[in-house]
Amino acid sequence: MSGDHSTYVPSSGVGKWVDSRLPLPRLMHDSFVSYPVPRNLNYAYTFGGILMVMLVVQILTGVVLAMHYAASTQMAFDSVEKIMRDVNSGWLLRYMHANGASFFFIAVYIHIFRGLYYGSYKAPREILWILGVVILLLMMATAFMGYVLPWGQMSFWGATVITGFFTAFPVIGEPLQQLLLGGFAVDNPTLNRFFSLHYLLPFMIAGVVILHVWALHVTGQTNPTGVDVKTKTDTVAFTPYATLKDALAMVVFFVFFAYFIFYIPNYLGHADNYIQANPLVTPSHIVPEWYFLPFYAILRAITFNIGPIDSKLGGVLAMFGSIAVLFFLPWLDTSRVRSAVYRPWYKVFFWVFAINAVFLGWLGSRPAEGWYVTASQLSTLYYFAFFLIIMPLLGMIETPRRVPNSISEAVLSRKNGGSGQPAAAVSAPEDRA
Amino acid sequence: MSEHETTAEPGGEPTRRDFLFLTTGMAAVVGGATVAWPFIDQMRPDASTLALASVEVDVSSLSEGMSLTVQWRGRPVFIRNRTEEEVEAAQAVELAELKDPVARNENIPNAEATDLNRSAGEGMENWIVMIGSCTHLGCVPLGQAGDYNGWFCPCHGSHYDTAGRIRRGPAPENLPVPPFEFISDSMIRIG
Ligand code: HEM
Ligand code: FES
Repeated sequence: MSGDHSTYVPSSGVGKWVDSRLPLPRLMHDSFVSYPVPRNLNYAYTFGGILMVMLVVQILTGVVLAMHYAASTQMAFDSVEKIMRDVNSGWLLRYMHANGASFFFIAVYIHIFRGLYYGSYKAPREILWILGVVILLLMMATAFMGYVLPWGQMSFWGATVITGFFTAFPVIGEPLQQLLLGGFAVDNPTLNRFFSLHYLLPFMIAGVVILHVWALHVTGQTNPTGVDVKTKTDTVAFTPYATLKDALAMVVFFVFFAYFIFYIPNYLGHADNYIQANPLVTPSHIVPEWYFLPFYAILRAITFNIGPIDSKLGGVLAMFGSIAVLFFLPWLDTSRVRSAVYRPWYKVFFWVFAINAVFLGWLGSRPAEGWYVTASQLSTLYYFAFFLIIMPLLGMIETPRRVPNSISEAVLSRKNGGSGQPAAAVSAPEDRA
Repeated sequence: MSEHETTAEPGGEPTRRDFLFLTTGMAAVVGGATVAWPFIDQMRPDASTLALASVEVDVSSLSEGMSLTVQWRGRPVFIRNRTEEEVEAAQAVELAELKDPVARNENIPNAEATDLNRSAGEGMENWIVMIGSCTHLGCVPLGQAGDYNGWFCPCHGSHYDTAGRIRRGPAPENLPVPPFEFISDSMIRIG
């Protein structure tokens, strides 16, 4: 369904002239206007578009912040305060950027959970999914380095703790950490290189996003039924249908975003970051930004040695592993039914996973003591078991519900009042190329 | 090697194109690696960072039971003048009780983590000099605190004794003792 037949007809002379030299308008038309999308997409499918807009928001606000920001340990903190107090509209731009990072992550997490629920990672969308995980990793690196820039106490100690992860690796650990820091501790060289990379990485994200959308347009979108598009009646044109749905979702999303910017701009931040970095005093309680908390909880859950791996290295490996496992998802899920809608058991495990992920985040914000530690360990166990045990096994033992024969059939049967009587039995999944 | 029609026939004489392919290929690999090196090399600690590698500290004002923190290579260094009771208590600890039995003292590599080996040495057992960066993930532990009245790291709860040895908590190693020496009765040079 990858727009094999272009419907683009240039209307003006200039349009024709350009079309025969660099058919960029044609590419845009075929990708975002006439592009066919499944007719049953719901609002969970609007976050891709929201993410693209958020990337643009971050780049625009970031580039103007960089016009006022000074990447030196002597000046960084004051220059950010200057942005807040002296630079015209500086407070707004900084709050847009700081909260923008949070909303970027809200959108990306919803986007990922959408994929987990509707089986978006399954064949033939493996590369599409892997590119998405690459984007997630780049976003995390970008946000981590961005958070160091204002040079507050959390910036400094967050950077110290996170770069300290690398010392967990035997032999190469310490030289590697010094290579990253450009010194023996987080200092001016660190701040400078983080700024340089913080500027660069979003543009690399933009590049991977292009590949991600390319891969998407080769395979087409999934849809809530998980059934492939079969006929033209299963789809509608991107514009106006998807465009408008995306636009409405974006407006609602931006209302929340604006509420945070204008009413509670520091709610998601940490008060300690308004204290200038001090290499001699550690804040009593170090927490990363909220979007890293589940992974932080996994890091701290490993308090025991595993064979030759000590607890410190174990924690670091578990944390990296919790993201790395996503790369293998297309091959871990053995079910031939794509969408959770028709998988009664997967649906239950999925929601437990989602609640567990939020719970892990909450645990990450607690001090690592008492029952929090035990709870983190159990939650971490479920996190990995979901991917490594439940997914492979469930696909073999679960009896899926009847899958409709086509998207149109699913849509019509719902219109006709619920349960739906698909004409034939389970559509043979092996027919899907 | 290459699937192009570079070789006239299998096992035949190598052609001029084979030769060019090999030589340019080699040049590209060696050249690429050579050019990549400065890009990696520039990340390492630079000359000015390394130049800060030594500081001198006056400890004459540090009477028994007091400690101070100085900065060396961007990291805090604790200097503590321990009381006699503290030294005695630390000396009484059996090696078997220690989580990390290695002294981690750059001045005496591979020594055991006895109290003497952690201190400034014979006759100076009261002096402790070490890098105040938790061996877990690098927070600065608080002095005169924790279960052993040595140091306590608030980040993830590591307890160190008065000789800076890890006793409880997630940190894997004793706090490292940097290269240092007393250059006079009251002056220490670190680094
Ligand atoms: C993927 C997109 C991006 C994300 C997720 C992101 C994230 C962040 C975060 C979390 C902060 C710390 C905010 C604070 O607490 O003050 C920050 C600061 C900053 N970012 Fe970005 N950023 C992105 C793109 C960019 C771009 C493209 C630039 C262009 C140069 C930029 C320039 C800056 C500057 C100058 C600061 C320091 C000022 C400040 O702290 O408000 N960012 N970024
Ligand atoms: S950094 Fe000290 S206990 Fe984790």
